[in-house]
Amino acid sequence: MANLIRLEHIDKRFHSGTVSETCIFKDFSFMIQTGDFLSVVGSNGSGKTTLLNLICGSLPVDSGRIFLQDRDITKMPEYQRAARIGRVFQDPARGTCPSLTILENMSLADHKGGHYGLSRGVNRKRLDYYKSQLELLCLGLEDKMDLPVGVLSGGQRQALALLISTLTPIDLLVLDEHTAALDPKSSENVMELTDRLVREKDVTTIMVTHNLRFAVDYGSRLVMMHAGQAVIDAAGEVKSRYTMDDLLKAFQQVSME
Amino acid sequence: MEIFLGLFKNVLEEGFIYGIMAMGVYITYKILDFPDLSVDGTFPLGACVTAGLISTGVNPWLACLAAFFCGAGAGCITGLLHVKLRITDLLSGIIVMTALWTVDLVVLGQGDLTGKSLLQFYNQPTIFTSGPMKLLPAGLYKYRVVLLAFLIALAVKLTVDWFLRTRTGLLLRSAGDNPQFVTQLARDQGKMKILGLAIGNGCTALAGSVLAQQSESASVSIGIGMVVQALAAVIIGTSMFGRIHILNPTTMVLLGTLLYKTCLIIAMLKLPSTFLKLTMAILFVAALLTDRVGRKLRRGGVRHG
Repeated sequence: MANLIRLEHIDKRFHSGTVSETCIFKDFSFMIQTGDFLSVVGSNGSGKTTLLNLICGSLPVDSGRIFLQDRDITKMPEYQRAARIGRVFQDPARGTCPSLTILENMSLADHKGGHYGLSRGVNRKRLDYYKSQLELLCLGLEDKMDLPVGVLSGGQRQALALLISTLTPIDLLVLDEHTAALDPKSSENVMELTDRLVREKDVTTIMVTHNLRFAVDYGSRLVMMHAGQAVIDAAGEVKSRYTMDDLLKAFQQVSME
Repeated sequence: MEIFLGLFKNVLEEGFIYGIMAMGVYITYKILDFPDLSVDGTFPLGACVTAGLISTGVNPWLACLAAFFCGAGAGCITGLLHVKLRITDLLSGIIVMTALWTVDLVVLGQGDLTGKSLLQFYNQPTIFTSGPMKLLPAGLYKYRVVLLAFLIALAVKLTVDWFLRTRTGLLLRSAGDNPQFVTQLARDQGKMKILGLAIGNGCTALAGSVLAQQSESASVSIGIGMVVQALAAVIIGTSMFGRIHILNPTTMVLLGTLLYKTCLIIAMLKLPSTFLKLTMAILFVAALLTDRVGRKLRRGGVRHG
């Protein structure tokens, strides 16, 4: 299978040259294959979110190179990478624009990567398409398209953010603890929806989560990060044999060291 | 009665002229969430550019256009300082405002580097005395400033309303609301900020241009307190009229400017003109306080666009 994302010999430090200098990655190499639905778990400070930030370009690497489909994107700014990489954040407020309506948010997302210019913001011709997409969420949002997104609940907003980030074709979907800020019920719904959308749109996905059960139950590959290293990396058969207990034990083991 | 009508005409004239600026400031302050102090510099810039051009015989409408683009250019510089050099929003505005003082002096000096702080162009054609205005019936001629200021303010309002509904307009609104969303849409949110500042300061300079043509003169010092006036108008407009849902924000801002000017003119009736800036400052504080009270009563913000 082809490499979608390749990280080569990445070094990343925070607060370089000060007493609080922390080394997150040292000579770290990592790959995401096309078609992966990859769950990443690990304790705080293990480098999970930094990994996502490096892939998306929110943070620069100190050294090393990052490739997207064999194209070197190490120096590419975040907004340019976003044309090929969709991202959903932990904070539901970050994935949508609260003062715009659902319809306006969707129209904006629909033109991602295209030309913005001075044509009408909302293209009524696409209304049916937006409706059919919203129906995938099973939240009844298709009847509330003129409501500002700011009045929706966190779970609804997160579902919408998920849909918006996959509305145009992307190479990689990045989920940054996207269920962590939701109540248990909404979190369950959003996770099921994620699984459905990922299958339906057939998009390669990397998901960072603190929910070990999600990591075990969903996805095709499982990675546990610790101190800037992937201490577990299991796919296919091996991954499907992993249980919550195995993961918990592994967690305890690495944090004892 | 005469006096009352005269005051009313004054309120409308000033309200519409400063309303053009207030709509610009609405874009930077309310939409982009950017407290833009360069307005204090771009308002006189528009006036000075206009005075400089008209006194050399340039068509007054062209002078308006030139003023708009000069203001937009200055707004771009504020944006570049903020986005590219990472200078805070307030400081970027102060830097541009300060620098424009020199530009204004040189413009009024018409290239003479020793500069000039006042330029009058009486008897030169302005938008209020030339072109279509000459066709007005004699009875309406004394209301020409109100009429034309209203038409220009209306044109700006409709253009801003239209722009905010275009795709780029929606992106601009997202840039203030949630810059990360703009990034996720594969757009440079810094560029959207620069664009918003350019439009806002373009409108401000246009207002300066119209004011200069009304008074047939321009002085470098007319900018002091412009930010305070424009912000007061924006805040009064959006907090007082925010509950009336058929009004869109630009209409609220225009009404806010009229209300602000009414208060200011009434307050100044009994006061010597030295008290003008102090009164403006006090009115601004009052606007901020009423906004806070209104917000507590209302819970929830004003919708853009």
